[in-house]
Amino acid sequence: MKIVLKRLKKRNKISYISFCIIIFLYSVAFFADFIAPYPYNKQFREYPLCPPTRIHFFDHNKNFHLRPFVYEIKLVNPALNQYEVIKNKIYPVYFFVKGEKRKILGIFTSERYLFGTKQGKIFLFGTDIHGRDIFSRILYGARISLSIGVIGVSISFVLGFLIGGISGYFGGKIDNLLMRLVEIFMMFPSFYLMLALRAVFPLNLSSFQIYILIVVILSLIGWAGLARIIRGMVLSIKEEEYVLAAKALGLSTFKIIFRHIIPNTSSYTITAITLSIPGYILGESALSLLGLGIQEPYPSWGNMLSVSVGNLRILSTAPWMLIPGFFIFLTIICFNFLGDGLRDVLDPKNW
Amino acid sequence: MKKYILKRLFQLIPLLIGMTFISFIIIQLSPGDYFTQLKMNPEISSETIEKMRKIFGLDKPIIVQYFYWLKNIFTFNLGESFSYHVPVSYLIKIRLKNTVSLSIFSLFLTWIIAIPLGIYGGVKEGRWIEKFLSFIAYIGISIPSFFLAMLIIFFISKTAILPLGGTTSIFYEGASYLEKFIDYLKHLLVPGIVLTLTGIGSLYRLMKNNFLEALNSPYVFTTYAKGIPTYKIYFKHALRNAINPMITIFGYELSGILSGAGLVEIITGWPGMGRLILEGVLSQDLYLVMASLLIGGILLILGNLFSDVLLALTDPRVRLK
Repeated sequence: MKIVLKRLKKRNKISYISFCIIIFLYSVAFFADFIAPYPYNKQFREYPLCPPTRIHFFDHNKNFHLRPFVYEIKLVNPALNQYEVIKNKIYPVYFFVKGEKRKILGIFTSERYLFGTKQGKIFLFGTDIHGRDIFSRILYGARISLSIGVIGVSISFVLGFLIGGISGYFGGKIDNLLMRLVEIFMMFPSFYLMLALRAVFPLNLSSFQIYILIVVILSLIGWAGLARIIRGMVLSIKEEEYVLAAKALGLSTFKIIFRHIIPNTSSYTITAITLSIPGYILGESALSLLGLGIQEPYPSWGNMLSVSVGNLRILSTAPWMLIPGFFIFLTIICFNFLGDGLRDVLDPKNW
Repeated sequence: MKKYILKRLFQLIPLLIGMTFISFIIIQLSPGDYFTQLKMNPEISSETIEKMRKIFGLDKPIIVQYFYWLKNIFTFNLGESFSYHVPVSYLIKIRLKNTVSLSIFSLFLTWIIAIPLGIYGGVKEGRWIEKFLSFIAYIGISIPSFFLAMLIIFFISKTAILPLGGTTSIFYEGASYLEKFIDYLKHLLVPGIVLTLTGIGSLYRLMKNNFLEALNSPYVFTTYAKGIPTYKIYFKHALRNAINPMITIFGYELSGILSGAGLVEIITGWPGMGRLILEGVLSQDLYLVMASLLIGGILLILGNLFSDVLLALTDPRVRLK
């Protein structure tokens, strides 16, 4: 692991940076309770669609303040969501500021958060139509959007290994049957299949049930392609001499597949895992965007965008509502860069 | 050639049966059936429903029901939509036209842009222009289509240069055929551009790599040694060999385009199959969902068949095998 990272750093800067960004995003999601200035469901009714708060060092008299501060903002025209900055009310920004009591990671309670103001409001990315802080919601949403990729990929891979491994190792009729099944799954356009599978279940489920449901649906769509690739690899590896030796030693088929053949696919697998995570993140975002996934008030990067779909007024007056989309994009491009870098580094031909 | 196409068609039969079966299983898995919603209607007596249930074969075992359904499909009777109260096949006919025109439009644009760019990138490998193109391609691959669609809609909402949503403008009635066609194209442009921009990246990378591989092969060195002009080497020798794998990709591309189109249609308000299936899911209109799924699959199969035939036409090795 360490060697791989070192090599990545030396050979492919951009994928190393991507790796760091991914680690950063995951840790931010993990510590969302502590970093977010407000809870994800806290509604500031007097600040709907408020633009991102600017953090200043110089006040309107050009005086420098060592501690950054924000101005008081006030909604002046509710119909057009116009805000006015009140220049004589200054609220400094503090680190580890005291706020409402909140549970952190569901275990211990805390009153202090990473940053915030004692009075006034700080909305780094603005607010949505209910006056909820988008920055905080992005942090909490990251938990759902980022975890679904990893969990979905793991399930798909277990299925893919099982079916691809069996199919490639035994060959013959089993192989034929399983591969036809894979082909059938691959013949449906994935977006259509995703919606159709979603239609099987009731629309209003609890958020936990929906989370599980999305993972299951995405894995059901994703396993087929993986199974096919793994089958191909197993087909070529099973002819190797060490497999023959294992057979001669009388090892059981199960052990040969899982102890000798599958570990030999690992360098490919790591790359494939990295490159397929974006598909799951996209799948979740798409479902939530269409209102079929994670439901309000719980945030996910997808459902935070759903208000702006087909609503030109919000889209044109409050472009900051699109910020969650940038995070989806950032995550996906990082995974793509990392996957390509890993492919280079893990390929023995390049050593 | 005829024999090859027949063989391919023959191979499709088990695939089609499997697809219909899976579609059917998905209907069976969902709670309730065709009549659950009718039951809610107090105007329809329970005897009528029982009678209809018999006609549709819903009182028979599942396997028998499957054959009933299959028989209906072959006569293009895809059931009735609960929410629209019209046959599903009628709804699909309208929407299918829009999805197919959107897919073909963006597929055409993608290929016409990505292939020359790929050749250019292959020739300029290692230069800054190639690196720049590859970086842009990365962005194109990674940007979610729905997000790009929203960004473009945001841009258009500020500038109002293109119409948004639907397929026609208000003045559509009474316009001449040419005006109608131009109006349709204008509406097609927004979803079309989104799909094209998200599709170019991966195609560009594939084409570039294929072309590079061809350029580095021994027969190209031979042509250099013989003193053949560079443009002839590129277009007569390298291109022909680089383009064959792309035709196989075409089938996969179509899958991506169809899936991508579904989502982009919904975001940009283009009334196609994607919107239809979403409406079906939201109103729990199962027959509509299943029919859309099946039609989507059939479109894909046709696309793959088309690319197979195309490949056989260009590459004699395939059809002789």
